[in-house]
Amino acid sequence: MVTDPVPLQLAAELFPSGISRYAVGGLLVGLGAVVIYVGTGIPAGASTFLESTLSYVSGQSRFQQYVSSRDWRVVFTLGIILGGLAFAATVQSGVITTSLYEAGTTGELYEVGGVTFWSTAVQPWRLFLGGILVGIGTRIGKGCTSGHGVCGVGSASKTSLVGVVTFLTVATGTAQIVAAMGVSP
Amino acid sequence: MSEDRHPLFMPLILVGGMIFGFGLGFSQMARPEVVLNFLQFEDFGLLFVMFGAAIVSGIAFAVMPRIRDSAPLTGDRYERRLKPFDRNVLIGGAIFGVGWGLSGICPGAAYASLGVGNVTILWAIAGMFAGAYLQGVWRSKRAAAATAPVGAD
Repeated sequence: MVTDPVPLQLAAELFPSGISRYAVGGLLVGLGAVVIYVGTGIPAGASTFLESTLSYVSGQSRFQQYVSSRDWRVVFTLGIILGGLAFAATVQSGVITTSLYEAGTTGELYEVGGVTFWSTAVQPWRLFLGGILVGIGTRIGKGCTSGHGVCGVGSASKTSLVGVVTFLTVATGTAQIVAAMGVSP
Repeated sequence: MSEDRHPLFMPLILVGGMIFGFGLGFSQMARPEVVLNFLQFEDFGLLFVMFGAAIVSGIAFAVMPRIRDSAPLTGDRYERRLKPFDRNVLIGGAIFGVGWGLSGICPGAAYASLGVGNVTILWAIAGMFAGAYLQGVWRSKRAAAATAPVGAD
């Protein structure tokens, strides 16, 4: 019997979906942030959009402080949605095929007008309850995965590094407890 | 930032957002299942998304301030993303962590998830707005109470 050398076995165990889709995706996420930073000097984060958009409908001072940036934050979020749509219409639909993309088997695929879309099987109550906590936590904690995780860590900000370590640690603990309680998906 | 922005300001934000969203789709970070698999130590690939993106942006944060004084579309100075540390970073980070671990979704990935067709993610986005609203109302009230003259009530 021929077995793979230990490093290869370990890699297959740690990265069952390979690393290329993650690495390419990460480079593109970084590139998107860089395009905006180089053109405008803005280190963009995705969670401020939640509060800045609430300033359109609420006069609370916490939201009104973001009035000057609320328009471009709507455009940024619209861009993220359109980018996801462009991905669905090309790579996810098989119009563009590349060995760098590993499709995986999570969730459910469905088709509308020749475009392959994807939908999650994670239960709505988890998404809603989790979403509430994400909304509270990212705003109190001064950033999310993009603000702290990408731009903050990229800036070698100690605050952001502490923030990332905090939410990553708590999130792994939470996900493991929820899974151990038999909640799936 | 000035009132009259460069005509290319919004188009550039849109293009940057699209590249960002395409990357979240390609990496499958827009899929809560993939994030949960990562958090449950079943697939560590997501580290490449976060650190890959941080390294790419880190190069720009390090280089741009040295080669140019200000950004062409805003005239703003190139600065790093530095925020003051206080207890809130830990408290908020922990609350965010519980939410992320429960749902497998964070704000940017949620917007991209909607784009790849995940209509169910509207539950998470609705939750995020509700959470952001709750903390905003509470903190606005607290800020107002702190600045109100003593004995005002």
